[in-house]
Amino acid sequence: MSKHPQKAADFIANEARTDWHDQSLWVVREKRDKLAKGIAEWEELRELASQIKDHTLSHLDHYLEEFEKNALANGVQVHWAKDAETHNHIVHDILQKQKVRRLVKSKSMLTEECGLNPFLEKQGIEIIDTDLGERIIQLKDEPPSHIVMPAIHLKKEEIGELFHEKLQTEKGATDPQYLTEAARQHLRSHFLQADAALSGVNFAVAETGGVTVCTNEGNADMGIHLAPVQIHCMGLEKVIPRQKDLGVFTRLLARSATGQPITIYTSHHLKPKPGGEMHIVIVDNGRSEQLGREDFRNSLKCIRCGACMNTCPIYRRSGGHSYDYTVPGPIGSILTPGKDLKKYSDLPFASTLCGSCTDVCPVKIDIHQQLYKWRQIIAEEGHLPKAKAREMSMAAKVLSSPKAYRRATKWMRRLMRFLPRPLLYLNRNVWGKQRELPQVPRQTFKDWYKHEGNES
Amino acid sequence: MNIGLFIPCYVDQFYPQVGIASLELLQNLGCKVHYPMQQSCCGQPMANAGFEKDAIPTYEHFVRTFSSYDYIVAPSGSCTYHVRKHYDLLPQSQEVMHVRERSLDLAEFLVDVMKLDKIESRFPHKVGLHQSCHGLRGLRLASGSERVQSSFSKIRDVLNLVDEIEFVELDRQDECCGFGGTFAVNEEAISVKMGKDRIQDHKSKGAEVIVAGDMSCLMHLEGIMRRNKENIPVRHFVEILNGTQL
Ligand code: SF4
Repeated sequence: MSKHPQKAADFIANEARTDWHDQSLWVVREKRDKLAKGIAEWEELRELASQIKDHTLSHLDHYLEEFEKNALANGVQVHWAKDAETHNHIVHDILQKQKVRRLVKSKSMLTEECGLNPFLEKQGIEIIDTDLGERIIQLKDEPPSHIVMPAIHLKKEEIGELFHEKLQTEKGATDPQYLTEAARQHLRSHFLQADAALSGVNFAVAETGGVTVCTNEGNADMGIHLAPVQIHCMGLEKVIPRQKDLGVFTRLLARSATGQPITIYTSHHLKPKPGGEMHIVIVDNGRSEQLGREDFRNSLKCIRCGACMNTCPIYRRSGGHSYDYTVPGPIGSILTPGKDLKKYSDLPFASTLCGSCTDVCPVKIDIHQQLYKWRQIIAEEGHLPKAKAREMSMAAKVLSSPKAYRRATKWMRRLMRFLPRPLLYLNRNVWGKQRELPQVPRQTFKDWYKHEGNES
Repeated sequence: MNIGLFIPCYVDQFYPQVGIASLELLQNLGCKVHYPMQQSCCGQPMANAGFEKDAIPTYEHFVRTFSSYDYIVAPSGSCTYHVRKHYDLLPQSQEVMHVRERSLDLAEFLVDVMKLDKIESRFPHKVGLHQSCHGLRGLRLASGSERVQSSFSKIRDVLNLVDEIEFVELDRQDECCGFGGTFAVNEEAISVKMGKDRIQDHKSKGAEVIVAGDMSCLMHLEGIMRRNKENIPVRHFVEILNGTQL
């Protein structure tokens, strides 16, 4: 058994927990439905967002240059990172030059993707995630399991336990308000002491050179306002052409992500504060390679709302960790094979191709079609078990020849009818582990038709 | 109008009554229907497993078998979707294009071509309608719950013509059942869990029968129910249209 199926099976072994996880995310999906349905032109909005992204991606060099030019003119320092390592070094250099010992961070899956935290910690820099969810998993020393709700896999009892251990809250406390307040107090001192603040970027506007950060807790703003040095790290696909395009995306983003009309804070950062420094790090890390893959390039349209995860019946029942990547779920399953085809060869198969992800996606990424396409590439490049390939080529021969089909099905039917149950339900019959095989009728349709079907 | 009836391989093997009901229904509606004996499969099982190139001879065989009919009708949204969507792999000859355009799921055929507005049949039961994904989101047989549009369902529309039928409203009107072809085996644990959850939704609403447009979903759900000694029967919608009783 390969990795995702195994991890999913482990997750499901605790069925009550699976139900709880499934239901928590379903509630978010329902909230999203309600809000989306409140906008009559929702589908037009999606189409528009998709077109803006398509256009931007096909002129990406142009818009990135325009963005850089305008940001520089605003007094922002712009850095380019080709991969995760370069990104980490750039951030470290900025911090070192300013003798920063303490960094507060908010809303950045990109730094997670790049492994910034462990890197900086090794350099002796204290790095504190300030968003509640991020802080929880940082304290727990776990990767996020969702891109919008990183600690969605943890129950409030577990968080209470963790806070008791790390933040000395009362033992057994589970009241979300109490726990949130405790986290807030604990973070306050960090905010005050931080010498630099780092945040992710939701949208970078080429026309103005500014970046937009959407949050609900306001911690990104708090950090940025207090610290003399601010750093924004963004994937190069975050750029959009004009300021007026922003409205299209902000309308879609919060509704798709959490079922809110808009995030509580939608902050625009244009230039450094008086006496301060503002840096923007633009990261490639495999993105331009993905851009070069015709069939998969539009995965770069993703605005990271997480709606495809909330709707995915597989994700909801296997948890984000089963995907073993910063971006899990349907979109993760089309991004990861581009990073390491062999390592992630199981993910495009972790789908029934039900297509719910594609229909929920606010920027209309054809997610399930791309999963299908990855499957072809993965099989072709030999990353599937040999036995599977043999089975399939045999099936192909049988199914393309009426005679072979007849022979094969006759045998299968005989086996299914006359084999004693223990033999039929041997270990190798994975279908039969928790399901009965279909009952075999006396006659196939074909047999019936030959004898009784009369043509009209 | 000459119709080629396509009976998917697993329906042929395990659910011949669905094939029979399809044929009889179409004939009773006055259609000229022919079942080409040399047919086998649309090639979907290989393609979804990543072996679409291996499936090409099966595609070609399908096109050869069906290209002479005005319509190719199948009681399966999933197979129909596969022919329509994924036969783009073949060189697009006239025959291929014809087959792709004229392959219709039975519900589509009844609603869009036949414009069916009445039927002689009675089914005094509470029905749970499972919207199979490929038909739902691939062929747009119904409005998906994700999209913002006025709601419709072609299968429900035709079933509504049946006397005394009643529908139960599910909590999750169109969640996947977890079958997914080879997924059912590759990801056995999730597949079964999804199926169990799906059944629970129908059960808790008092469905007396689970109805769908794809026997593959029903084969999976039925397999789970039989193992767990739950006995909600499953039916293809064509069986109900054609007058089969519980
Ligand atoms: S793929 Fe679409 S639905 Fe998924 S996170 Fe990205 S934008 Fe959201």
